[in-house]
Amino acid sequence: MAVLVIAEHDGKLLKPGTTNTVTAATKIGGDITMLVIGHDCGGAAQVAAQVAGVSKVLHVDAAHYAGAVAENITALVQSIAQHYSHILAPATGFGKNFMPRLAAMLDVQQISDISAVESADTFVRPIYAGNVMATVQSTDSIKVITVRATGFEAAATGGSAAVESLAAGPDTGLSRFNGQELSKSDRPELTAARIIVSGGRGMGSGENFKILETLADKLGAAVGASRAAVDSGYVPNDYQVGQTGKIVAPDLYIAVGISGAIQHLAGMKDSKVIIAINKDAEAPIFSVADYWLVDDLFKAVPELTQQLS
Amino acid sequence: MKVLVTVKRVIDPYVKVRVKSDGTGVETANVKMAMNPFCEIAVEQAVRMKEAGVVTEIIAVSIGATQCQETLRTAMAMGVDRGILVETAAEVQPLAVAKIVKAIIDKEQPKLVIMGKQAIDDDSNQSGQMVSALLGWPQATFTSAITVNGDEAEVKREIDGGMEQLTIKLPAVITTDLRLNEPRYVTLPNIMKAKKKPLEIIKPEDLGVDIAPRLKTLKVAEPPKRSAGVKVEDVKELVSKLKNEARVI
Ligand SMILES: Cc1cc2nc3c(=O)[nH]c(=O)nc-3n(C[C@H](O)[C@H](O)[C@H](O)COP(=O)(O)OP(=O)(O)OC[C@H]3O[C@@H](n4cnc5c(N)ncnc54)[C@H](O)[C@@H]3O)c2cc1C
Ligand SMILES: Nc1ncnc2c1ncn2[C@@H]1O[C@H](COP(=O)(O)O)[C@@H](O)[C@H]1O
Repeated sequence: MAVLVIAEHDGKLLKPGTTNTVTAATKIGGDITMLVIGHDCGGAAQVAAQVAGVSKVLHVDAAHYAGAVAENITALVQSIAQHYSHILAPATGFGKNFMPRLAAMLDVQQISDISAVESADTFVRPIYAGNVMATVQSTDSIKVITVRATGFEAAATGGSAAVESLAAGPDTGLSRFNGQELSKSDRPELTAARIIVSGGRGMGSGENFKILETLADKLGAAVGASRAAVDSGYVPNDYQVGQTGKIVAPDLYIAVGISGAIQHLAGMKDSKVIIAINKDAEAPIFSVADYWLVDDLFKAVPELTQQLS
Repeated sequence: MKVLVTVKRVIDPYVKVRVKSDGTGVETANVKMAMNPFCEIAVEQAVRMKEAGVVTEIIAVSIGATQCQETLRTAMAMGVDRGILVETAAEVQPLAVAKIVKAIIDKEQPKLVIMGKQAIDDDSNQSGQMVSALLGWPQATFTSAITVNGDEAEVKREIDGGMEQLTIKLPAVITTDLRLNEPRYVTLPNIMKAKKKPLEIIKPEDLGVDIAPRLKTLKVAEPPKRSAGVKVEDVKELVSKLKNEARVI
């Protein structure tokens, strides 16, 4: 068996889900190659070479890979796919965008968002917003898989794989990347944070999120949100945790003014410790909380920040 | 221009799904069904583009049981012009969905295809990307804004770190994210009107596509339950539990 892991990176470093994907690859077994494809991503290729378990890094660099344009990435991967029994990428916005395209080009049914590896052809994946776990067996000759990072530990560093350059594939010219507007923050990334403080509609406004940010800064935490808080414009879309947002499993998740709809629980119920603060004693979020406090958040959150000093 | 949208019939998002006791699937008997929310957003987008004069005809496609006719009627009540049901009792996985949709696109020749980003039952998030791959068309997934300019479209996409702008050549496939629009409610007069709109029923065999599943579901099960938590009386008790019991801070 030969496994290809497609790295998500920012040019210099690997994104958090990538090393978890390597761990999933290790569970499948066989030789692991990491593909680092992008524009000006030599730094990321060097970092990839240090991930334990990776035996070779393929580095492909060209301007038309900026923004990880799906049409261009899949054209390149398709040309090397026949060398691998499994092709894996993290089930993030990055992997979800191009992996199904690749799978269809290879006439393969992708296996989305796996949270466990049972064997080289059998995997567990959550369906129905994580309310059901399905064990599925693939009959395709190449297995195209996206990996849910929270199901696997991050692989350690300490490897020393060889880095090999590969010629770029074609620029398909089908779409043009015009840039990104990234939310700027000095706080940790949601999917990598050890602690997350999340706010919901109960916050009432974007301005009021400041009290959560103060608490987050005290804890070195990331800030997340429910869909209602994002849709109301309190915070940007990339804060959303849930079935259709980010899937997180930090050591500590503090849910503030969030009712606990199944779509929200889908994104955070695998956190190690969950705290919920809500003024409604019947809020469904309490069903997954380890500790819950029935109180007005505008009183409880500042108190919590203060008592943590 | 002609637009094609896909609409999937799924268990209503607010229903709590239950696994069948024999572990072969989930309980669907007497369960409330609905149009997949992301498909509602796709329909709404197409209808708004028609109202703005950019689109001339909207076709909706649904694949599945006879009851998908209801889903297509809902789409027509929202403003879709005609529906196509690809009727089958079999399980249709995303690759097969994409092959069916491609076959219909080959016949209908729409300039834009709008699909949901994800079906909230299988949570696959694949079909749209697969349709565009099979056609060799550009794709724009997880979009929250679309503007058509002649033979191109400008789209805004939701990405993990924020937003991205992309220009795609038409024809293309777009998949919808939550912030693209807020779907309208259907009104009674429009439900009545929708009953008269054309609805064609065909079978996958008529399209000559192989829909045999590539993934075999060996079993389904409920995830492990979290152990019951405790209610704390005040912030002081909460902090003490965090420090001394949970030891996470
Ligand atoms: C297709 C689809 C996908 C979805 N995807 C997601 C997703 O990915 N993520 C997600 O989060 N949701 C998602 N949703 C939406 C989800 O169903 C809920 O609508 C949403 O999670 C509700 O957000 P909320 O808990 O912030 O708001 P609400 O349900 O309105 O809850 C607000 C809570 O705040 C409490 N509160 C109010 N004021 C105070 C106060 N002063 N002090 C303390 N507590 C207070 C209230 O008691 C209430 O419990 C999705 C829905 C659909 C249909
Ligand atoms: N059986 C189906 N009938 C109609 N559309 C479908 C069907 N399955 C998937 N789709 C479309 O493809 C999108 C993504 O589905 P999925 O890849 O299953 O997550 C959905 O939002 C629908 O728009």
